[in-house]
Parts: sequence; C-alpha cells; structure tokens
Amino acid sequence: MSRAEDGRRPRPRVLRVNPVACQGHGMCIELLPELIAADPWGYPLITPGPVPDRLLPLAQRAVNSCPTLALLLTSPQ
Amino acid sequence: MPSRAVRMRLLPETPQLTLDEHLSTYGPPPFADTACDTAGAAPLIVAVEQSGLAGRGGAGFPAGRKMRAVAEAGRRGGPFRSQVGTVVVANGAESEPASGKDRLLLRRAPHLVLDGIVLAAEAVGATRAYLCVHDEAAPLRDAVTSRERAGLNRVPVQVVDVPGGYVASQETALVGLLNGTGPLPAFIPPRPSERGVRRHPTLVQNVETLANIALIARHGPEWFREAGTPSAPGTALVTVSGAVARPGVYEAELGTTIETLLDWAGGFAEPPQAVLAGGYFGGWLPLPAARRVHLTDQALRAAGAALGPGVLIVLPESSCPLAETARVTGYLASQSAGQCGPCRNGLPALADALGQVAFGRAADDLLRWTHQLLGLVSGRGACHLPDGTAGLVGSALTTFADDLRYHATRGPCGRAARLPVLPLPAPAAPPAPPAPPARPDPRSRPEALA
Repeated sequence: MSRAEDGRRPRPRVLRVNPVACQGHGMCIELLPELIAADPWGYPLITPGPVPDRLLPLAQRAVNSCPTLALLLTSPQ
Repeated sequence: MPSRAVRMRLLPETPQLTLDEHLSTYGPPPFADTACDTAGAAPLIVAVEQSGLAGRGGAGFPAGRKMRAVAEAGRRGGPFRSQVGTVVVANGAESEPASGKDRLLLRRAPHLVLDGIVLAAEAVGATRAYLCVHDEAAPLRDAVTSRERAGLNRVPVQVVDVPGGYVASQETALVGLLNGTGPLPAFIPPRPSERGVRRHPTLVQNVETLANIALIARHGPEWFREAGTPSAPGTALVTVSGAVARPGVYEAELGTTIETLLDWAGGFAEPPQAVLAGGYFGGWLPLPAARRVHLTDQALRAAGAALGPGVLIVLPESSCPLAETARVTGYLASQSAGQCGPCRNGLPALADALGQVAFGRAADDLLRWTHQLLGLVSGRGACHLPDGTAGLVGSALTTFADDLRYHATRGPCGRAARLPVLPLPAPAAPPAPPAPPARPDPRSRPEALA
C-alpha cells in the first residue's frame, strides 16, 4: 500500500463506523461515494483498506458531517 | 501432584457444594504473599501466560494476555495516570442455548470458580469482583457468604443476575449491565480491559477460565500443560447433545477427537448425518468425516467449525439440516438488541431467506440474495451476533449443498417437519432495546447435564 513518503504521516488511516451510533442518515454516503456505499437499508458500507491520501480531506469532511458522530477516521487496529 | 485422572480436573466426580469439601480436595487457594507487586506483573499472570490457557467463553483469547492488559491499565488508569483499582467480572451467564457447562461447573465446583475470581482479582489489582449468572444465583450467594466467613474473599465478590437473551452475556453487555446502562453490547473502543465497569479497567473472564486459573495458581503452568496439546493445552468442558445416547457435559483434554467424545456420550442414538461444533456461532461438520477432527479451535476452524464454548450437537439423519439451521437463524435474529442497523435489518432478512430455502422453494435468485446477505451483515455489528449468524448459515449452505439442490428442485423435504433437534429457548419477551429489563426472563433452558 502506498504511504506518505515524507514521513510526516507514517500510519495509514481507515474509516470505521460505530454501528451503535449510526442511524443511517446517509450523509457520508452522499459526501464520499468514492469509499462509502449504501446497503439495502441505507446504512454505510465502507470500502476496506486505508483511505488513499487524495481522499483524506473528503473523508475528514464526511466524518465531520455525520450527525451522530458515528463515522471515525482512525489508525488500523 | 494430583492423582486425579487428567480429564477430571474441573468436574469432581462427587458434587462439591460446601467450602469444607472444596478445601479438603484442593487445599486453600494460594494467595500471593505480597499484596501489591512491584513494577512487574504478578506471578500468577506470568504463570497463566506460561500455561497457554485460552479463554473458554467462546472467543479463545489468551487469558494471561488479557490479565496483563488489565493489570497494566490499572497501573495508569487513574487521574494523572495514577494507579486505579480494577474490576473482575466472571461470566457464567451462558446464553448459548446448547451449552450447559458453565451451569454445571458452578453447581459442582462453585468454590473453584470463586477461588479463580479472587486469585485473578488479586493478580490484576482488582478492588471488587462480580459473578454474573443467569439463574441459580441463590446457592452461589450462600457460597460467597461462607467464604467471607472463612476469610477467603480478599476482594468483595457480588453475585449478579443477568437477564436472558443471547447477547446479554457478551463481554461489553455485562459491563453495560453493571454500569446500569442495560445489558447491551457496546462499540469498541474502549475495550473493557481499558475502561469497563464504572470506567475502571475490567477483566471479563468465563467461569471455566477462572476455574482453570485457580488450578494453575495451585499446581503451576507445567502441570496445566500435561493435558491437551502444546498449542492448545488443558482440558475443556464440552456439552454434547442431539442424537447421542447420553447427552451431557464431558471434560476432555483439548486435542481429543470428536469420535472419543461421542463415544463417551454413549454413541449415536439414531443414524447421524452431521455435527454442529462450537454452538450457534460455530459450523457444521459432516459425518463420518467429523469423527476424526480433533477438539482444538485450530483444528475445528480448519474443518469449517470452531471450538466456541465447547458445544457438539449431533444432527440425526432424519432431520432436515436446512430447516434446523433456519429455525436457529430465526432465533438468533430475534436476539438482536436492535442497536445496529445492519443487524436489525439484515438478520431478519437472512432468517426469512433461509426459511424460504428450507420450508419453501430455494430459487436461484433467493440463494443469491441469501449469499449476498451473509456479506451484508458480517462484521457490521457492535458484537458478533451478525458475524456468528452469517457463519452458521454459510456453513449450512456449504455443508448441505445436496439438500440445497433437493430443496431448489422439489421444495421442502419431508424431514423438515421433524421435531427440532437444535435446542431453542422458549420465545422470551422481545428484547426492547432502550428499556432496562424489569422482570426476570421466564424462558426455560434445557438441562444438559451429565
């Protein structure tokens, strides 16, 4: 997987949903269709793997827009 | 060194109910001389790590590693990274319908479990401990009282009633119950070992794990490793049921073949077709191939099942495996706490789809939808209810491909109407997600006792 070469962000970031908090508002699905799709019930399906660097700002915007704070941008566990 | 046969470590032949009988058999629990250890881990944690004991609640997480994590979190869990008292939660709620081992262990050797609770509590620096059970709490409260009189409970132990429900005994759900927020699984992080009961680092261990810890404290890790295999040491309590002559709980060394266990259970009561290993989060193993599989999590997973909480159910030839799996799937779907959208929506859809496969007509598009649902629910809940259910259904679809073809072409088979073999609790009041349970769950459970 590609990493930031400058060493300032050595750890990849992944998107995670807190399924208890998620109420299926669908903001993230609207804002980040590159990585998040809707399941048959309107809940987010995240593309697995690290978020590509070019999408990180958009991913952060989706995280900030979640009305229930259910979307997380974290380091992989 | 004990002269007991290795396969009867945890379950004494005679029921041990009183503290005196327990102490005369096992001797007093070896409490550490120094109450507080220095920088390093308590000797018992090192011993449990060396023993290789894996958790016996179903997930099989290394017990020593969990203890070390809790002890370390306790050393810096307070304000300004100060030391804070930790909590031990013994899980004896046993919500797996086909499992009876924790109940039997608590009845036969309650003081071994209580020894384990207090010894583990001392090792991880706990200031209080809880023993969570689903029923039969009264004799355990008496046992705790008798230990308090004898001065054996160095840490206060409280017996707690857990309401019924499949997910209520999940690790984070027990923490929620003790915190007063209801027996509901919670999102991780935080792990209970970091922040659990009243935000204190919390060690949640199955009661069988704790009984083993009580024995490791007495006899040492080398003794523990005399039973089992190098990678899966020790014994396990296994609940055998279904089409066997003597259903019950058997203590077996890990690595024993399924055939040996089935022999202990008196052999087949009627012609068998498959074994469900690992309970309702496990998988189907076709017979006779299943007989040669060894009883370790690694071997069972390689064969397509799991050790889980040690459950083997023999399905007779006269049962329809798809109908049996469909009924269990319906039960598991009914046990969703309703917190997570994919589980709340996906499990009923999966139960409905499999019900149509078993009792209706398995058309191609229905099968495609069923397979799609497996992917849609897996890994998308706070607990493993969706994953476990999907695993069970997926295993049935693979193992019983011939039955699937029959159902697809000719509709439900005649065996689908046979009396169910896989045990299901009587339908309880539907779990209302936000409301705390007001009254005890009236569901009855099978007495799967030796």
